[in-house]
Amino acid sequence: MSERGVPGQAMLEVDDLRVQIATRRGIVRAVDGVSLEVEAGEAVGLVGESGSGKSMTLRAILGVLPPEATITSGRVVLDGADLVELPRAQLNKIRGPKIAMIFQEPMSALNPVMRVGPQIAEGPQVHLGMNRARAAERAVELMRRVGIPDPERRFRSYPHEFSGGMRQRVMIAIALSCDPELILCDEPTTALDVTIQDQILRLLARLCRESNTSLVFVTHDLPVVAQVCRQLAVMYAGQIVERGTVQDVLTRPCHPYTLGLVRSAPDVDHVRASLVPIPGAPPSLVHPPAGCRFHPRCKFAEEDCTVTDPRLRMIDAHRSTACLHFERCLDELRTEGADR
Amino acid sequence: MTTPAATTDPRMTDPALPLLDARDISVSFSLGSAIVARLRHEEHVLHAVDGVDMVIQRGEALALVGESGSGKSTLARALSGLQRPDRGEIRLDGKVLPARRSRADQRKIQMVFQDPYSSLNPRLTVGGMLHELLRVHRVVPRGEVESYTRELLGLVGLTEEAVHAYPRQFSGGQRQRVAIARALALRPELLVADEPVSALDVSVQATILNLLQDLRAELSLTLLLISHNLAVVRHLCDRIAVMYLGRIIEVGPTETLFASPRHPYTQGLLAAIPRMTFTADGDAPAVRGDPPSPLRIPGGCRFRTRCPIAQPICAQEDPALTSSGDPAHAAACHFAFTAAVPAPRQPADEAGAVAETE
Repeated sequence: MSERGVPGQAMLEVDDLRVQIATRRGIVRAVDGVSLEVEAGEAVGLVGESGSGKSMTLRAILGVLPPEATITSGRVVLDGADLVELPRAQLNKIRGPKIAMIFQEPMSALNPVMRVGPQIAEGPQVHLGMNRARAAERAVELMRRVGIPDPERRFRSYPHEFSGGMRQRVMIAIALSCDPELILCDEPTTALDVTIQDQILRLLARLCRESNTSLVFVTHDLPVVAQVCRQLAVMYAGQIVERGTVQDVLTRPCHPYTLGLVRSAPDVDHVRASLVPIPGAPPSLVHPPAGCRFHPRCKFAEEDCTVTDPRLRMIDAHRSTACLHFERCLDELRTEGADR
Repeated sequence: MTTPAATTDPRMTDPALPLLDARDISVSFSLGSAIVARLRHEEHVLHAVDGVDMVIQRGEALALVGESGSGKSTLARALSGLQRPDRGEIRLDGKVLPARRSRADQRKIQMVFQDPYSSLNPRLTVGGMLHELLRVHRVVPRGEVESYTRELLGLVGLTEEAVHAYPRQFSGGQRQRVAIARALALRPELLVADEPVSALDVSVQATILNLLQDLRAELSLTLLLISHNLAVVRHLCDRIAVMYLGRIIEVGPTETLFASPRHPYTQGLLAAIPRMTFTADGDAPAVRGDPPSPLRIPGGCRFRTRCPIAQPICAQEDPALTSSGDPAHAAACHFAFTAAVPAPRQPADEAGAVAETE
């Protein structure tokens, strides 16, 4: 872990990433100009609803897009190398020791006919050049670290013999097996019960803290992101519309979409008379609306929103928004606060 | 939409009588062979619901919460008549529902399912689906079927064009509206909603939750909501029943339960909810370990294998659901209402996993 990056320095840089998917209805611009930096040891949350392009962004970083999707432009720079340009053989050397991924559904990500121990040991054997016995030892140690009880015996179990939570622990052990600098998480707790989710989130937070690993954490669940991440990026219709620290973005949203998300979810600590849904539905990404993509659903929208394509811009040192009239969100929050 | 026949029989309007009174409901499923199960030291009968009592008052919204495998959906299906219980008695309006329900009885409890993609017939238009239902159950006279259908769609916030549309033409939220319209078409007295919003995006969730809230007010509907999302439950329900491995282990008014949960499992469940502000300080999880398999329910208190305050008595005696002071709030724990609560054990390893007995 000696060559771990210095905190405060970007270790992953995604620059103007664009992903298109060819469908029968036309070309879907699933990711449309996403830029993102992740510092060493930092956890960044990527939040959005289904179809916002958050999972596609994650898959594009690792180069595991579905066959019908292609990266049309942009760079993914990890430690000085552009992953988009890298040939497959080179990419395979990076997957594992540099970047690992944790998927939502561990049952479909794990090999069902292979015992879990060898699955965890595979990475260290291939990437770290360990022999079988050493790799097996490491697998047992990893299983212990992720909280799988009785690891020596469970080493020889198959994935189907594990519960959902334990399978996700196996996934985490595999992700950690080659000591990566960056772990990509695609909704890792969505399929789990709230008690198990709590265990997994605490485990992930602890492991990343201990080994100074960076995280990109994709979820649709705002409270979940608040448990793991310090930084938050909100995605809508293939673009990042707001960025900042989690606490700041959730308590002081500067984009009407984020404001909508915060208000439409019931909050367990503050019961409101009724929830405020976001009107309308997300736009088609084949023909996205001109100007700001959120304007057809936005109550603050003005003439200029329908024409100007707003870029993500800094509004203070740690905060950026893509809304032309973000002050109105703050005004609305202020008047609401006065009512309370 | 008033409930039919409510005024003709004085017995039915008795306000003291609960709408639904289920006693000692048990549902089990037989799996595989008894010999194989014995070799594995397992039972071959899975007790999904194990002697549950449940009372639902007219007009209230009761939530059923718990982890997956706790039997909450099976209980809901048993109450709705979709699953025959092995044991127990379900009274609706004081009248015992027979194992084979008459059509009139079936109408009184209707269900909305989690997945609006698989619970609607893809080959029927919304109008076709509702017309069939209304004709079979003779809810309204033939001549009024059309207008009643339009009324129903309006009630759930769909336009009249929806009549001619197929389920695939709707978004997830709209499909769930269709499913709610279908359930309401029969003018049920009790609406059972099994995770009605878990398959939906957050912003769409809000519209469905608001709809359920409005419908409750408008139709004075009685609601049994099954959900794993406690924020949704707190928003919508008056009372909460917490299930664990086939039993209700705590029940009480929503705010009482959130303010002072008595059962260690409820306490853990509430602590495990992710909040908008960072709360997961420390590595010890709110509830340790996985729930045991319903095929290997621990003797004594079923929660003792994960309980931070478990004592020797918990392995010997199965605690009954009891209350103290407030009769509306009951919990099934030996230490629920005593002053001398044992000090919580520290988990053996910090990851919080406990060895499962196998």
